Amino acid sequence: MIVGSSKSLQTDNCQLTTDNYSKMKLTLKIWRQKNAKSAGKFESHQVVAEEHMSFLEMLDVLNEQLISERKEPVAFEHDCREGICGTCSMVINGHPHGLMQGTTTCQLHMRHFKDGETIAIEPFRAQSFPLIKDLVVDRSAFDRIIQAGGYISVNTGQAPDGNAIPIEKDQALDAFNAAACIGCGACVAACPNSSAMLFTSAKVSHLAQTPQGEIEAQRRVLGMVNQMDEEGFGRCSNVTACEAECPKEISVTNIARMNREYLSASLTSDVMK
Amino acid sequence: MNWFTKFLTSSIGQKLVMSLTGLFLISFLVVHLAGNLQLMADDGGVAFNTYAKFMTGNPVIKTISYGLYAMILLHAFQGLALWFKNRKARGSEKYAVKVTRGADGVATSAAKQMAVLGTLILAFLLIHMGDFWWAMKTEAVPMADCGGEPCQDLYTKVYASFKQWWVVAAYIVGMIALAFHLRHGFWSAFQTLGWNHPKYTPAINGAAWVIALVLPVAYAAIPLYMYFALPEMTTVPEMGGIFGS
Amino acid sequence: MAFKSNVPDGSLSDKWKNYRGKMNLVAPNNKRRIEVIVVGTGLAGASAAATLGELGYQVKAFTFHDSPRRAHSIAAQGGINAAKNYQNDGDSVYRLFYDTIKGGDYRSREANVHRLAEASTEIIDQAVAQGVPLAREYGGLLANRSFGGVQVSRTFYARGQTGQQLLLGAYQALSRQISLGNVTMYNRHEMLDVVKQDGKARGIIARNLLTGELERHAAHSVVLCTGGYGNVFYLSTNAMMCNVTAAWRSVKKGAYMANPCYTQIHPTCIPVSGEYQSKLTLMSESLRNDGRVWVPKSIDDAKAIQQKKKKGIDIAEGDRDYYLERRYPAFGNLVPRDVASRAAKVACDEGKGVSPTGLAVFLDFASAIERYGKSKAHSMNLYDASPAKIKELGTAVIEEKYGNLFEMYEKITGEDPYKNPMKIYPAVHYTMGGLWVDYHLQTSVPGLFCCGEANFSDHGANRLGASALMQGLADGYFVLPYTIGTFLSGEIRTPKIDPNAKEFMTAEAEVKGRLDKIIGVQGKQSVESFHRRLGKIMWEYCGMARNAEGLAKGRKQIQELREEFYKDVFVPGDANEYNPELEKALRVADFLEMGELMMVDANDREESCGGHFREEYQTEEGEALRRDDEYAYVSAWEWTDTKDEPTLHKEELVFENVELKTRSYK
Repeated sequence: MIVGSSKSLQTDNCQLTTDNYSKMKLTLKIWRQKNAKSAGKFESHQVVAEEHMSFLEMLDVLNEQLISERKEPVAFEHDCREGICGTCSMVINGHPHGLMQGTTTCQLHMRHFKDGETIAIEPFRAQSFPLIKDLVVDRSAFDRIIQAGGYISVNTGQAPDGNAIPIEKDQALDAFNAAACIGCGACVAACPNSSAMLFTSAKVSHLAQTPQGEIEAQRRVLGMVNQMDEEGFGRCSNVTACEAECPKEISVTNIARMNREYLSASLTSDVMK
Repeated sequence: MNWFTKFLTSSIGQKLVMSLTGLFLISFLVVHLAGNLQLMADDGGVAFNTYAKFMTGNPVIKTISYGLYAMILLHAFQGLALWFKNRKARGSEKYAVKVTRGADGVATSAAKQMAVLGTLILAFLLIHMGDFWWAMKTEAVPMADCGGEPCQDLYTKVYASFKQWWVVAAYIVGMIALAFHLRHGFWSAFQTLGWNHPKYTPAINGAAWVIALVLPVAYAAIPLYMYFALPEMTTVPEMGGIFGS
Repeated sequence: MAFKSNVPDGSLSDKWKNYRGKMNLVAPNNKRRIEVIVVGTGLAGASAAATLGELGYQVKAFTFHDSPRRAHSIAAQGGINAAKNYQNDGDSVYRLFYDTIKGGDYRSREANVHRLAEASTEIIDQAVAQGVPLAREYGGLLANRSFGGVQVSRTFYARGQTGQQLLLGAYQALSRQISLGNVTMYNRHEMLDVVKQDGKARGIIARNLLTGELERHAAHSVVLCTGGYGNVFYLSTNAMMCNVTAAWRSVKKGAYMANPCYTQIHPTCIPVSGEYQSKLTLMSESLRNDGRVWVPKSIDDAKAIQQKKKKGIDIAEGDRDYYLERRYPAFGNLVPRDVASRAAKVACDEGKGVSPTGLAVFLDFASAIERYGKSKAHSMNLYDASPAKIKELGTAVIEEKYGNLFEMYEKITGEDPYKNPMKIYPAVHYTMGGLWVDYHLQTSVPGLFCCGEANFSDHGANRLGASALMQGLADGYFVLPYTIGTFLSGEIRTPKIDPNAKEFMTAEAEVKGRLDKIIGVQGKQSVESFHRRLGKIMWEYCGMARNAEGLAKGRKQIQELREEFYKDVFVPGDANEYNPELEKALRVADFLEMGELMMVDANDREESCGGHFREEYQTEEGEALRRDDEYAYVSAWEWTDTKDEPTLHKEELVFENVELKTRSYK
């Protein structure tokens, strides 16, 4: 029998027991900038964190602290906090999403830092990601790249049966691996050239590897690369920092595939412009 | 814009130019090395001078060499243009903490410095060409005998240059830059062409290591050999070139 | 005000077909002139906006994210159901319909659910055509897996990222319509009010989150696809920005809120580790296929584990209580979500929890590792493999099946689940309740439609696994684009709506007043602290088990908290700038009212069904006791600020095709 709901997830005794976890004193060097027009600078703050906190929860603690001092909290973007929405956009000690490979900022936990450590936190920096405030940047360029062809032109209701066209399992898996991109922009942030090739190629590569997407593959790659260039992203020089920093470990083989697709589309398609 | 210019000026088109010119320049490096290794033949320079005469006299080779100069210029200027473009794309504010993680430590470090390495190589090329090519062109090099036929004595010119330690040092620096440039450049050229495949990319990377080590080491061996292994020149002939004594 | 379900006549399987055959259409030349606002661009919103754009309507789509691709639909892991019967295991539209009705504990509308089951097959076709990389077999055809308590294998999936892949498919379809000019996209805009003219929804007031500017947007119709309100509990598996504001503002304009007390508590989440915790992370339900749930038999052992003196593996087999297998021998570890969650609560309430907070149970893969290891060894002809070898082989099989989940668990907790059993605890995951809609998905405000998790329509009192993605996409791709035509066909003579009309100006002024009021408080406590306190009240009194006394107490506490909020909240900055604290404050303000309504609804429903468990109504064995004769209705609540008590409207549920039975998993 269930009787009473005296014990629950958030009762106060949970506060007592969490004292078992070790605490750490940290110095945060955080980039503060009111908006795109004003100049920014680093600000230092002390914060006491616990080892089981996520990095964002540590920032929550800082913001609560700032609010209690009636100061403006640090603006940073975040949403799902489970590593899939791609909203977080900060560079931690020089690494987009921090040092842990294959991990987004929200899944980075404080146990990977040391007591007494100084942590530098900066926004993603790139000409095509204009700064909005503090650690928040505008990544709408990615949306425009997708709008330039990152889709399959099929209206609702036109589809044949899902099993009408078999797709080889490994190819489907390859397509999936490319499609796993969360559009966070870490690739651009990590690239010394601020190139968006990994992002763009992931979508080109995903769709080019499905029979449904192959049909307009040439038009797609021309459109998306053109938009990527117009947005002012830098030119890829195959540094591969994008792959190393990508929280979803998207491979640069996608860039090679896009290069291939672009070459053949430029040289053989009927598109004259 | 016409489709072709649009293609070549797109980001991928520009990379393609870098890739193809780069691969061409690597093939030149191989051919050039084969000829230059004759400097190590212990024949007082006959083989090398004959080779140099053939290279400068043959009209086919001459035509190819102009193509080569064009490739070098295209590769260098396109590279520098990309570098400026990329700096601009980075934005005005730079990261306070700079680290770059990449798939391969050496290739990644080289990749970040391709423009610097390339500029070093370009500077080296200017010195190199000024010392030998320009000297030959202006006929500041005395004549010698190549198996009965007269030829310019480039061998002695080279010998004289490589007996000066700073020239040797400049060559070593140039070759180190080249080694790093090649390590990244070679695999990068294939990546740009879209040739990345789990089965073959390891081989390309292996080849990149071989090329990056063998070519510069072999090139560097020549001045080192001449500096250390050959006797001091008894009479230094009067000749032109930027290192002419 | 309209309060009719508007279910068409005819036999269950003919209703939707007949409806589509006979409904009024809007001609293409008129569609071009008709504007539709879609708020929210998750699965339901993006698919609806894209489809309406394809049909030729002028669509304006709004999201508070920086891009439509960030909506929380993206986080759905497990899969999407469809009655394709590709596995030849006896699945059918009727069976999916029946499972959904039964899983929902007989508290949903038959006709809507049947329509959902019909649309399910089309969703898969559509997704495949969009290039969504669903899992496949070696033969190249689509793969399926089984899920949560049904007897067929009908769940389509893309590894553990099904929601992401389906959302990106819808996002890409939406992007195409944006590039074609059929949809105008408003990123970083939050809807703060709905505007009515002559009783019909004709637009919204939205705040540009970058500039803080209030904007008036007019259209012939408004569609809300704004997700669920699980964040009223503060801690949930919802994303940080998920909120009830759009729905709640509509309630204040006359829409009814239906079944707000139906909350799904998911049994397999990573337990809370501390007071700072901001959100909870779900571990896919699929883990229960191979994991065994247990707690120690003795409280002493549990205490030792809580104090970190012992570990799970130190407890001998005989001293473990596999309580799900013990209590529900027929379904064992695979009982539905609500049953599994309550059982975990019972075990922890007895003091047998296994984390420092005492609020966790073990999910153990040791048996599965051994079982798989033996079978693998057998298949490799290793008939006398050592236990270590068997463990190694079995671990490899588990890694192949659940590797990414195990990795995520280790990232978050810092513990290796291959060595020690996982710790899990239930957490708020989904809200079955939502805006009341009729068969057209129209709320009680004409012209105001609602799709996806934001409406109440298809899951009754409990949602089955892999059904949320199905409902969001069915609504957006295949239902709303038809049903909205019924309303819009009557609007072809309505000229373009003027956003400067007085109703818009008044609504804007009201919103501005609200912003000024909240910023003007300049108290001492942060928004977050109020939200946390609200969460505690909700979880304590309106969580996994509820009773009349607690609900009354909870309601009072929320009222007091709300009062305190308007006296002492501190919002830094001002309204005319990018101000995330202000955004949060507005959302919490609405949660503070929604929470109260949930208490009222839970109190009214004197029975236990699905996600709603009233302690007063349980069987001898502690199972839920449903009271069909009195409570087989949808509670649609009308909330008016001027009245103390919300008004209840009842929609009696009519079951013509299924027989109401007590769910039994024993």
